Amino acid sequence: MSDIKKIKDEFLVKLSGDLKIENVSQIKSELFGKNGKISNSFKNLKSLPVEERKKFASDLNILKDELQDKINKKIQEIEITEINSKLENEKVDVTLPERNIVQGKIHPVSQVIDEISSIFSEIGFSVEEGPDVENEHYNFTALNTPDNHPARDMHDTFYLDDKKEFLLRTHTSPVQVRTMLKGKPPFKIIAPGRTYRSDSDQTHAPMFHQVEGLHIDKNINMGHLKGCLNYFIKSFFELNKIKMRFRPSHFPFTEPSAEVDIGYELRDGKIIIGEGDKWLEILGCGMVHPNVLKNVKINPDKYQGYAFGIGIDRLAMLKYGINDLRAFFETDYRWLNHFGFDPLDVPSNYRGLSR
Amino acid sequence: MKFTIGWLKEHLETKFKDNEIIEKLIDVGLEVESFERTSSDLNNFKVAKIINVEPHPNADKLKVCEVDIGEQNTVKVVCGALNAKKDLLTIYACPGSVIPKNNMKLTVSKIRGVTSYGMLCSESELTLSDESEGITELNSNKYSHKVGKNFFKNKAEKVIDLSITPNRPDCLGVRGVARDLVAAGAGKLKSIPNINIKGNGPQIIKVSITKDKNQGCTIFGSCLIRDVTNKESPKWLKDKIEALGQKPVSAIVDITNYVMLDLNRPLHAYDADKINKEIIVRNSEKGETFEALDNKEYKLDNDMCVISDRSGVLGLGGIIGGTRSGTEINTKNILLESAYFLPRSIRKTSKLLNIDTDAKFRFERGIDPQSIEMGLKKASKLIIEICGGKVSKFDIQKIKKDKKNKIKFKISLFERIAGFKVKDKEIIKILTDLGFEVSKKKLELELKIPTWRPDITQPVDIVEEIVRIKGYNNIKNLEPEKTRFKDTLNKQQKLFHYLQRSVASKGYLETVTWSFTDSKLNNLFKENFKEIKIVNPISSDLDVLRNSIFPNLTFYLKKNLGRGFKDISLFEIGPIFKDNKPGEQLTVIGAIKSGKISRLNWNEENRSADVFDAKKDVIQTLVEAGYDRQNLFVREKSPSYYHPGKSGSVYLDKDDIGPVAYFGEIHPNITKKLDIKTEALVGFEIYLDYLKDNKLKLKDSKSQFKYSDYQKSDRDFAFVVDKHFKAQDLIEIISSIDQNLIKSVKIFDVYEGENIPKDKKSIALNVTIQSSEKTLEESDLEKINKLIISTVETKSGAKIRS
Repeated sequence: MSDIKKIKDEFLVKLSGDLKIENVSQIKSELFGKNGKISNSFKNLKSLPVEERKKFASDLNILKDELQDKINKKIQEIEITEINSKLENEKVDVTLPERNIVQGKIHPVSQVIDEISSIFSEIGFSVEEGPDVENEHYNFTALNTPDNHPARDMHDTFYLDDKKEFLLRTHTSPVQVRTMLKGKPPFKIIAPGRTYRSDSDQTHAPMFHQVEGLHIDKNINMGHLKGCLNYFIKSFFELNKIKMRFRPSHFPFTEPSAEVDIGYELRDGKIIIGEGDKWLEILGCGMVHPNVLKNVKINPDKYQGYAFGIGIDRLAMLKYGINDLRAFFETDYRWLNHFGFDPLDVPSNYRGLSR
Repeated sequence: MKFTIGWLKEHLETKFKDNEIIEKLIDVGLEVESFERTSSDLNNFKVAKIINVEPHPNADKLKVCEVDIGEQNTVKVVCGALNAKKDLLTIYACPGSVIPKNNMKLTVSKIRGVTSYGMLCSESELTLSDESEGITELNSNKYSHKVGKNFFKNKAEKVIDLSITPNRPDCLGVRGVARDLVAAGAGKLKSIPNINIKGNGPQIIKVSITKDKNQGCTIFGSCLIRDVTNKESPKWLKDKIEALGQKPVSAIVDITNYVMLDLNRPLHAYDADKINKEIIVRNSEKGETFEALDNKEYKLDNDMCVISDRSGVLGLGGIIGGTRSGTEINTKNILLESAYFLPRSIRKTSKLLNIDTDAKFRFERGIDPQSIEMGLKKASKLIIEICGGKVSKFDIQKIKKDKKNKIKFKISLFERIAGFKVKDKEIIKILTDLGFEVSKKKLELELKIPTWRPDITQPVDIVEEIVRIKGYNNIKNLEPEKTRFKDTLNKQQKLFHYLQRSVASKGYLETVTWSFTDSKLNNLFKENFKEIKIVNPISSDLDVLRNSIFPNLTFYLKKNLGRGFKDISLFEIGPIFKDNKPGEQLTVIGAIKSGKISRLNWNEENRSADVFDAKKDVIQTLVEAGYDRQNLFVREKSPSYYHPGKSGSVYLDKDDIGPVAYFGEIHPNITKKLDIKTEALVGFEIYLDYLKDNKLKLKDSKSQFKYSDYQKSDRDFAFVVDKHFKAQDLIEIISSIDQNLIKSVKIFDVYEGENIPKDKKSIALNVTIQSSEKTLEESDLEKINKLIISTVETKSGAKIRS
């Protein structure tokens, strides 16, 4: 009995000292090693009278557990202290720059095309595309603009052959024709893409972007057109209310035709959409001309609908405060960085159109 | 189309205020370009006299003119006009003036080293006429005492400038505009007072219209006015002409212009004494020539509609008159022409000869064939009043009857298209006000179309008339319905968007450049593609459609390097062209990267971008797009604009015939030719059209999840192989030994040099071996080790390095 107490007192004192990990190992082997005090005590059990043996064994086990526990704790304590003192020496200046990061950007035109697609997707439109090189028929004639039509002069066309049969499309409207020729009504599509006109100055670029819209069904009227564009403009500019004005105009491929203005005001030289009493023309539209429907073998007495064409670059300029159209196409590293969008900013309905 | 409010009110009786008139014009579809007082900005244009002309010291084609502008000091103006000479009276615009033609604001500027104060203006710059060659020459009798005075009279009247769409020729005359306003409720159309002209004797110059095929003239009306005294126009007429920014010429010319602007009825006045016997309206013959009023000599082709006499061509009908029979201030006898020319003929001829005149603009859009007599009446009455003389009877030759077109209009069509209702009575009123003759037959209207509306040919045109006059603000705003017929994007479009954002996420800035480029640059990247020339490029350095994205990318890269940037990554996704036909185009991603990786970073070693940077980006992009890395296969072959030893092509599968992408260093010869200065230039291209859609939708492609928890073992090997042996082949040999056991093969070292024969290299690999059935024992591992070594040695001729 006194043996146990003696061992206990002796080692508790030893373990309470300022020890290193080797010292603890030493203590451990003194106790539990082959000839350790605890090990030996267990060996001595046999020599004890049977009646004492049980009690002694039990006390010895308690002591064993207690000391083992103390030793483990001591080891942990020492390790933590050692790590802590090591960490003191590993300190770095975390304000030094990180490794180089690279950030790519999406061009505003691409971003705005995705925004537009997302908005129209919400109301059931799908995306169609057509070739940049068109022939005279799809670009003009099929769109009710025959060769002798003065409206052709409004398009400064790039031609690709002397006979003027092949050209760079002057608008996205030929996609209407191609889409209707290859399918059956109803049609509900938008067609974004590159368009080309041979004029170039501060506000005109020889290449720009348009999005065409077309909705043909049995009962689509001008009210649907107005509602669709009202929805689109509100969604695009992320406003609850906008001022919109439909004005009669003329396009050979729509009848009746309209141009759409939106209200704005200038505040500190910046265009604020949706307020004010100034008007800004942003798109052309109308009811698809019966001649166009006939040209694509659709019966205009049965089907009707609307079409519109919007300048994408201009929308991007208005929404993101970009002043210069030509800068879109000049690949200035600074401009691309400034006006570009993070590739993870995918416009969508649930995440929001823009951040 | 310009006119003053006062002029409009000669036709329109209205209580509307000016701004209400403007609003109404916009509402009915007559777009108002501007509405302003003309005087303010025209005060800057003064009559001036050139006192001295000296050659410009630094430019052969320029002159330095000393100009008297009626002030104490003369001014110096640099001028390029050939006709600028001493003592010439002309029009001077001071700094601060806005040139009417192009709205350019003048500033004091140095032109090739000589300071120029203001500008001497051509007639076209002041929109007085189309004359753009040389500066304005003013008549010295009339203007010599006016030096320093404003050239334009002070006009208080506000001028409305409308932009008339090509379908509305009727609104190219003030009366047509008034008619639209009346229909829209702005007031009443004043009736034209009856003009009583008593013809004195017959029109003695015989007129005939030949029955040539495709004769461009169907009606030719004329009258002879004898013993006129042509003179300066009276003030009221000059004011009218000047208010529109045009220059009065003489009473006869001004009167014909006035009638044209008022009624959209072009007229032409000939000096009757210069006509040889008779007028023949016929088709031209190839090779005929005549000198037109723009002082140019035109050589005609076959079948152009000409007005001729026995001596030859007098003018191009409806386009331009000739100098031979033009009126002058001393003209005594006039033949006045009022005719109808077919739009198609006008357009064809003017396009071939490249002539653009006011008359052409109007006839091309369609003139009211029934306005012939009215035009003759109104003009001859004014001529007699102002210039005196006697009018003959009117002679009207016709080869075709003109009758009003009829149309049947189902009233219900209106609501079907417009989506709202207008009462029948109101519809009838609107159409009647617009000049239609309307009779109602139950649910239909029978309409006679006014002859001044050539644009109206079918019922839907009537819908437009009603809806625009009623007002577009009556159109309902219907909530969009969300029915869908097709997915928003098809697979190829999704791929486009995915790849676009995938490349951007690797640090590339997306750019959008022209689809055309400089043929000189394009040639460097054209390979076997056909060159596609643009017939009418905007400039000679944008003369072809691009055969590759790289010409533009490298061009703009160079510009950015010039701006001081060094490490630039750019890409574009867009079309390249194979031919000048629709559909002969490919959608391609082109990406380039210049300079260094980790430049100026304190804890990373910087290095030049190399082929493996390009390879990583192209492979990772394809993997992200859903193509399995295991199947991608790389070959050495690549287009000639890449470095022949440091480039490759990527195939979706080893067995594919064509590649889907290229990558590599740009050929040093090209970098040199383009004079691009950078440490390194690499790039890649992905051809979207060649990317097979071999993917199932995710919902169908996710296979059952299987994994192994048994112990993995790694073994390292080093093989000595021929220098040209491809690492990719080595990996494939090992991987295919036992796909159940060999989970990955990684190359961690490639070594050439000491201890290795000259034509050999050493490749060190790490192979991960794992079974999905059991923990492999040492003996199993030993077996597979041996198999790897023996297989590689037999298949590749390699030797394991001991």
